Amino acid sequence: MLLVLALVATILFSLGSGASDASAVSFLLDALSPSSEAALSIRDRIIMQDIRLPRIVLGMMIGASLAVAGAVMQGLFRNPLADPGLIGVSAGAGLAAVAVIVLGTTSLAPLVVIFGSFALPFAAFCGGLATTLVLYRISTRQGRTSVATMLLAGIALAAMAMAFTGLLIFVADDRQLRDLTFWSLGSLSGATWQKVGAVAPIMLLALAATPFLARGLNALALGEATANHLGISVQRLKYVAVVAVAAATGASVAVSGGIGFVGIVVPHLLRLLIGPDNRFLLPASALLGASLLLLADAASRTIVAPAELPIGIVTAAAGAPFFLWILLRKCGVLDL
Amino acid sequence: MIEALGVTASIGGRPIIADIDISAPAGEVTAIVGPNGSGKTTLLRTLSGDLRSSGTITINGRDIAGIKPWQAATLRAVLPQATVLSFPYTVREIVRLGLLGGRSGATEGDRANLPDRALARVDLEGFAGRFYQELSGGEQQRVQLARVLCQVWSPVLDGEPRYLLLDEPVSSLDIKHQLIIMNIARDFARQGGGVVAVLHDLNLTAMFADRIAVMRRGRIAALGTPREVLTDALVSDVFDCPLKLDTLPPAGTPFLLPQAAM
Repeated sequence: MLLVLALVATILFSLGSGASDASAVSFLLDALSPSSEAALSIRDRIIMQDIRLPRIVLGMMIGASLAVAGAVMQGLFRNPLADPGLIGVSAGAGLAAVAVIVLGTTSLAPLVVIFGSFALPFAAFCGGLATTLVLYRISTRQGRTSVATMLLAGIALAAMAMAFTGLLIFVADDRQLRDLTFWSLGSLSGATWQKVGAVAPIMLLALAATPFLARGLNALALGEATANHLGISVQRLKYVAVVAVAAATGASVAVSGGIGFVGIVVPHLLRLLIGPDNRFLLPASALLGASLLLLADAASRTIVAPAELPIGIVTAAAGAPFFLWILLRKCGVLDL
Repeated sequence: MIEALGVTASIGGRPIIADIDISAPAGEVTAIVGPNGSGKTTLLRTLSGDLRSSGTITINGRDIAGIKPWQAATLRAVLPQATVLSFPYTVREIVRLGLLGGRSGATEGDRANLPDRALARVDLEGFAGRFYQELSGGEQQRVQLARVLCQVWSPVLDGEPRYLLLDEPVSSLDIKHQLIIMNIARDFARQGGGVVAVLHDLNLTAMFADRIAVMRRGRIAALGTPREVLTDALVSDVFDCPLKLDTLPPAGTPFLLPQAAM
């Protein structure tokens, strides 16, 4: 409940902040009674409807997706440090995106011609999904997935993706390098309703799978064998969880580049506040993730206004110390 | 009845148990004993469906290879040797997980506070709000048993017996709680359910088991009542250690058997 209120407050705050002085209150008044005297100037209305609103919607969806993907991964691997970034899903998606940026004018040109502005998001999504499928294939023997193998293979795949990404960066020219840097730090600045429409179905599908996952992930906390004894179809649970995580992460990386720490900090914070029960943890992660990302985005827009900081810098700069603080505080109280 | 016929199971390509024929009828406590590494836990894991095996395993006549996890969860509950958690769940949350997939069979009125009743049975009343990770090994083991009891609260459901598969349920417990837990197992069997337990303590086994399966090097060396199985020759042979039953220690050396509890 509190989280819902927090999210609404963040949305309003986020609407009102930015390089222009258009205010959230007048926008709401304008939307409710278009003919009233508080009507906005056309300039302000455009800023609200076509720049800030899609950006807010996109930010909320990305924040929710990253936080839920983190929480699901942690439940799946029974490891509080698991994150889509860790098992290479983000790296795979990133490699595909970098490939489009660097090779878009040469060998990947046909792709760019066909998909136009969708080439980058589409490639990143495919990269994330492909990484996950390869990972799943490597770590599944006789219908059973070994989480340890998956974790190690994920680290190896991430290293490989990083190496190829590095190679691509090495051959990139100056203009491409600038694009790459900005993309890799994460930014919501290019948000349009078109982008929202492209990733929303994928993210919403992933989020819709989580109520089914919550029960199973709770059982999985006791180990795979015990979850099975409790009546959970563990293989199916893992399959749905992996696809949901790949979809949520791939879609997020596609439109926003690397936004770190949301997937780890949000579920951690919530476990301290409301406990580890996934039936509450997953929806709460979605809400808090959305709020935090909006706040980070609002900060990234205003700190150096009218310019913008990449949001990845803000989440990392705020998230990393916070994460360390959690670790220090929890030391000695409970094992991670 | 849980029945295994010609069961062979391997881990990592190495056969651990071979040609096992064993049956565990409802209404009885069946103990599996044997030296370390003789395949007791592997046999229990095979019976609970964790390990693929050749041969057939049936519960109440149904092949476990063909039934869904949630159907199996109504037929039997499994207590592992030890369970490590990575998240700070409370004791109540853990015990409640027993109600997740199967059917407890508890009456409508019992259902609501079933976790608390189960905790009371394993002598952990008032522990519901504690963090599982803060408990001692023996207490954690009893929490897990309470969870398992929730899952098959009624030993018989819809006229069908249900089963408890317990892997060393008393190995980390003090003598009082060993007796409490073994009595729970016996009561479960007396009320029509079946119990299969891997045990190390031969005295407790002799006291509570209706049937004993003795394992040696992955095979069943003997199967029968305690009186039939626990003989000088068999025990000495299986445990590779000369032993004589019913020998009292020299006068002046105190000894304490679980049978001594009053």
